Amino acid sequence: MDIVSIISGFFIFTGVFFIIVASIGVVRFPDFYSRIHPAGKCDTMGQAMVLIGLIIFELFTEGFNLISVKMFIIIAFIFIVNPTATHALANSALIMGLKPWTKDGKSEEYPSSEERQK
Amino acid sequence: MFSVAAIIIIVAMILVLYRAIQGPRICDRVLAVNVIGTKTVVLLALIGYIYERPHFMDIALVYALINFIATIAFLKYRETGRLD
Repeated sequence: MDIVSIISGFFIFTGVFFIIVASIGVVRFPDFYSRIHPAGKCDTMGQAMVLIGLIIFELFTEGFNLISVKMFIIIAFIFIVNPTATHALANSALIMGLKPWTKDGKSEEYPSSEERQK
Repeated sequence: MFSVAAIIIIVAMILVLYRAIQGPRICDRVLAVNVIGTKTVVLLALIGYIYERPHFMDIALVYALINFIATIAFLKYRETGRLD
């Protein structure tokens, strides 16, 4: 096993760790607003780490070509897009009237239509 | 190395699929679909290296674009009731 496989494998498996932590967080958090939090941050980070590992592997085996540029474009695009999408989700949930989670447990309810018109 | 990473990502996608089926609100389902789409981009990039066809990167790029457009379009429809 050469040094390139070790370095790119380190990046790839760190990214996979972040991705699986993000999915556990999406499954286990109690509220919608707290479920956005792993989806917005851990997922972006893990995706970037995996693709950086692939870029290093490509650069040291094949040399500089268009494939690594495309991977860099994907990284930059998802760094802009994924927080924007989660921000739009939180905004939409707030407009639809979803209450945030509180400690006493009775939280995740839409207000009724009469309450929303007040 | 790439195959092990791809299998772990598929397991993570199955975990998020639970939230997409079970989720109590429609916002949870949209969030789960968005997360699965991001993982699919990474999985397509890895598949390109597993089968030694790096031109799968084009498909991953297009899938990233489509995923964002789908989420934003659905949320706009949900907020305003129309798409124009």
